[in-house]
Amino acid sequence: MLNDIVKNLLQEVSGMMNIPTTGAFNIRNNGKSEGRHSTENIDIVPKADGTGLDIYVKPFTKNEDVHIPALITQDGVKEVVYNDFHIGEGAEITIIAGCGIHNCGCDDSVHEGIHRFFVGKNAKIVYLEKHIGEGDGNGKRIINPQTHIEAEENAYVEMDTVQLKGVDSTKRISSAVLKDGATIVIKEKIMTHGEQYAETSFDVNLDGTGSSAKLISRSVARDNSRQLFRSKINGNAECYGHSECDAIIMDNGVVAAEPEITANHVDASLIHEAAIGKIAGDQLTKLMTLGLTEKEAEAQIINGFLK
Amino acid sequence: MLELKNICFSADGKEILKNINLTIDDAKFIVITGPNGSGKSTLAKIIAGIITPDSGQILLDGQDITELGITERARAGISFAFQQPVRFKGVTVKDLITLASGQELSTADACQYLAEVGMCAKDYIDREVNSSLSGGELKRIEIATVMARKTKLTLFDEPEAGIDLWSFQNLINVFEKMHEEIQGSIMIISHQERILDIADQVVLLSAGEVKQIGTKEEVLPGLFGMETGCRYFMGGNK
Repeated sequence: MLNDIVKNLLQEVSGMMNIPTTGAFNIRNNGKSEGRHSTENIDIVPKADGTGLDIYVKPFTKNEDVHIPALITQDGVKEVVYNDFHIGEGAEITIIAGCGIHNCGCDDSVHEGIHRFFVGKNAKIVYLEKHIGEGDGNGKRIINPQTHIEAEENAYVEMDTVQLKGVDSTKRISSAVLKDGATIVIKEKIMTHGEQYAETSFDVNLDGTGSSAKLISRSVARDNSRQLFRSKINGNAECYGHSECDAIIMDNGVVAAEPEITANHVDASLIHEAAIGKIAGDQLTKLMTLGLTEKEAEAQIINGFLK
Repeated sequence: MLELKNICFSADGKEILKNINLTIDDAKFIVITGPNGSGKSTLAKIIAGIITPDSGQILLDGQDITELGITERARAGISFAFQQPVRFKGVTVKDLITLASGQELSTADACQYLAEVGMCAKDYIDREVNSSLSGGELKRIEIATVMARKTKLTLFDEPEAGIDLWSFQNLINVFEKMHEEIQGSIMIISHQERILDIADQVVLLSAGEVKQIGTKEEVLPGLFGMETGCRYFMGGNK
């Protein structure tokens, strides 16, 4: 039986209202499994040393989801979790991960989730990851996710990662190695407040002919918060890579972007775009001519930007 | 009724508008024309509250709105279609039309406005108003947006610019229909003779001053005597 705090957090992170009875899932709370279920095609197996899970998806599995939310609802919990996803050839699935920390105490809560994806030929996965911090304790809510992807021929990986509130500090490290024809699309949305700090680092190797990567980061830094966006794309074959960092700064927010693109092959085509600045004055003016106040216009622009 | 009384505005030591006096009666269709740099856009921005005049008074239905900001003027019944529409990352066409109408709109309602400006609604309604749209598309969305506001006064700053792939006659039809349905006043800044054709009144602005107010036939001779500086002037782009 989950208490209300856990239920709310679970819903925010994964959309689940309670422990389901069907489908593939594992709900982790304060380092323990609150419920786990495998299906005929998706097997969730705890690692022998108790450090995390191995998730096996059979080849050609279609239309199935895997939920693996991790929650921390006590202060002072510090954990490192290793989850490995083995996606069979031709499988098409959605993985809903994410972490929620509710900290009402004075000790820091830290979740470090290290996810590795071994994506088989022609497989297609969508990986959704949402990070939330809540609770009014002085203990910090710290989430440091790592995502490492190995995509076989013609595999497609889409990663959607969102962190809009309450996480005091985050360092997100993502890497990918792509073989022939493989594609990766990473979309990141971050909003930081107060004294928060968020750091993002992407490291993509486009090794295969016809491989492609698209990294899109949209972020808003308010108050005294700070963000660092690092992206590194190596084009090692005939390939296409595009990274895009758009940030809105408000108040005393600080955003730095450090893009790096390296073409190691004459047919590699790589682009980086970065735009950092406050909300454009003409955007505010336009919405005000529609009858919105300046504050309403600002909220509308931010909501749209992070939608 | 909108009344401008003795409006003056200077920028960078240059007089942009000199003692403008102008009245726009209810349900009138007014075209402001004149050479580039004559102060037309500045005048429209002063009416919308985007620029504050150095002196003078603006009255809307007898109420002094000179001190009101952009939001208050919009709420008082003034709409403004920008010459260069603004792009927004993440804000969709439907979002913008919904905000403009000031109420929840069904997709079908929002689509209606797009259809009016000749856009296939299903292709556009969920698109972001960003740089993936062409200048002409943005311009038509801008027109659809102000149509959704249905205000007593609507200002258009050079609406014909960039409407290249859409027939000009459709634009004229939009203005006429809008004029008829809303029964509000429409003020258009334009160089286009065919827009002048449908005006109740043409105001000729030159070097920051109102040179002439009258019908197209009355104003046109005065217009030809000027250096326009615009290749589209008088009947271009037909």
